[in-house]
Amino acid sequence: MTPEQKLNNIRTIIAKAKRFDLAFAVLGILSLMLGVLVFAALFGQMFIDGAPRFTLDFFSSFPSRRAENAGILSAWVGSILVMLVTAMAAVPLGVAAGVYLEEYAPKNLLTDIIEINVTNLAGVPSIVYGLLALGVFVYQFGFGQSILSAGLTLALLILPVVIVATREAIRAIPGYVREGAYACGATQWQTVRDHIVPYSMPGILTGVIIGLARAIGETAPIITIGALTFIAFLPPTPIQETFPFMNMDWLTAPFTVMPIQMFNWTSRPEAEFQHNAAAAGFILVLMTLSMNALAIYVRYRLRKNIKW
Amino acid sequence: MVTPMENETLTIKAEAKDLNFYYGNFQALKGLNMPVYDKKVTALIGPSGCGKSTFLRCFNRMHDLYPGTRYEGGINFQPDNTNLLSDKVDPIEVRMRISMVFQKPNPFPKSIFENVAYGLRVRGENRRAVLDQKVEEALRSAALWGEVKDRLNDLAFNLSGGQQQRLCIARALATDPELMLFDEPTSALDPIATASIEELVSELKEKVTILIVTHNMQQAARISDHTAYMYLGELIEFGVTDQIFIKPQQKATEDYITGRFG
Ligand SMILES: Nc1ncnc2c1ncn2[C@@H]1O[C@H](COP(=O)(O)OP(=O)(O)OP(=O)(O)O)[C@@H](O)[C@H]1O
Ligand SMILES: [Mg+2]
Repeated sequence: MTPEQKLNNIRTIIAKAKRFDLAFAVLGILSLMLGVLVFAALFGQMFIDGAPRFTLDFFSSFPSRRAENAGILSAWVGSILVMLVTAMAAVPLGVAAGVYLEEYAPKNLLTDIIEINVTNLAGVPSIVYGLLALGVFVYQFGFGQSILSAGLTLALLILPVVIVATREAIRAIPGYVREGAYACGATQWQTVRDHIVPYSMPGILTGVIIGLARAIGETAPIITIGALTFIAFLPPTPIQETFPFMNMDWLTAPFTVMPIQMFNWTSRPEAEFQHNAAAAGFILVLMTLSMNALAIYVRYRLRKNIKW
Repeated sequence: MVTPMENETLTIKAEAKDLNFYYGNFQALKGLNMPVYDKKVTALIGPSGCGKSTFLRCFNRMHDLYPGTRYEGGINFQPDNTNLLSDKVDPIEVRMRISMVFQKPNPFPKSIFENVAYGLRVRGENRRAVLDQKVEEALRSAALWGEVKDRLNDLAFNLSGGQQQRLCIARALATDPELMLFDEPTSALDPIATASIEELVSELKEKVTILIVTHNMQQAARISDHTAYMYLGELIEFGVTDQIFIKPQQKATEDYITGRFG
């Protein structure tokens, strides 16, 4: 083989190999577009279908037998209250569990088993949580078909997300910062309280918000515990005029949430209600997207002060 | 034994006695016996991996943070003759008496003030006036006060590398430690920052005993009173710095110091 032939040989081999680069890039762009376009089309379709309903009345009206009068007041209030309970329950539990697993738990078979379980919990179908909650929260604890039951159910659902986010955020704290705290004479609890938890907050909050964004769209477990589909009143307000000026009655109130309201409308035979469903769907997606945006913003803001 | 340079008397602040240390089954320190003299700078030198950091971190029980590590023997700490490595001695108590400055500057992502005040807060000190005074004192001793006095509430990360390291020294100083440990405190710094830290260490020994690990032979010669040469987990030679550098007793020490080693 002459040197020239050798060179040509190499060039053919490179050209051949590079075709795969091109092929993969094309394939990648196609699959990406598929996802993005399908979502954009759905979102756009819902917007167009729902367009006649985007009025203030839609947000401030209860459901009604007549499509043009029906609104999502009870649904969005319900969704927000349920999310509130979910966050209040999932954040302390998830953070405590994550901190314990990372900082305190001895490394042995038992903690290994717990770890595997936590990871697997994230894969349990949400309806299973619904069934569990129906038995435990609704009947056993007697919370009834209430905001409290729904919030706790969804808290269980997102607990693994919060735990995993907490652990990952804690692991990202460099060993020399942790050692710096201990070297000052801090106890384990002081280190956790003053350093580990504050420095992992951006990661924890991101995980929480992403978990909530998933929870807000959950339908199956909420239906399982018996949320109403037609509800023409709001839960009692938590603020009252007489001492102690606030009450927790709203926790035990019946409720509905956005995805259930939407589901209810899509199952109506009248075509008019489809506009309502589309509009509600659009707003639900908007809620989810803005929560994700919030997660990104929070992460960016809090991370600005932490450089490692 | 060591002969003091001048006619001053040396007091022992801490003394390692037949110290062995294990990472799991790996023995990283082998039968170390070495004094650390009060209000003096003692330097630990030796090739990479010989166990300098491991030895240093025995003094503040840093190894207790990691499972599978084990001490044997003791480090007797004066004047109370406490064995720092004893199971009966709380590592937190040890770390309250002995502070540490790390190789890489490791300020907390908090304000300059809170970084220096942290050791005091851990000790339950929250009175503003006391904190203000101690923080200022520590920052002055660490030769950082002038540069940061107008921005104590700024984030520590906004300081330069050398300033961050001086901040870490202030943090370690604020609690009046009896012994300060330095693990290659200048290895991440440029020559100017290094010079200022060296000067600082020389000044600090008026107040506090210092044990410092360094890779830099000139640095050891410049700032230390005593030097220990370690190799493969053993203490090969310990003596007054000038003697170690001019007339080492061991061939191995001489080879290392003159650069004939690896
Ligand atoms: N966490 C650990 N687990 C197991 N072995 C370790 C661990 N840390 C250090 N060692 C080993 O112990 C020995 C001493 O390490 P050490 O870090 O004390 O060396 P050193 O003298 O400080 O080195 P350098 O100058 O590079 O910092 C080395 O052989 C190292 O591989
Ligand atoms: Mg080292």
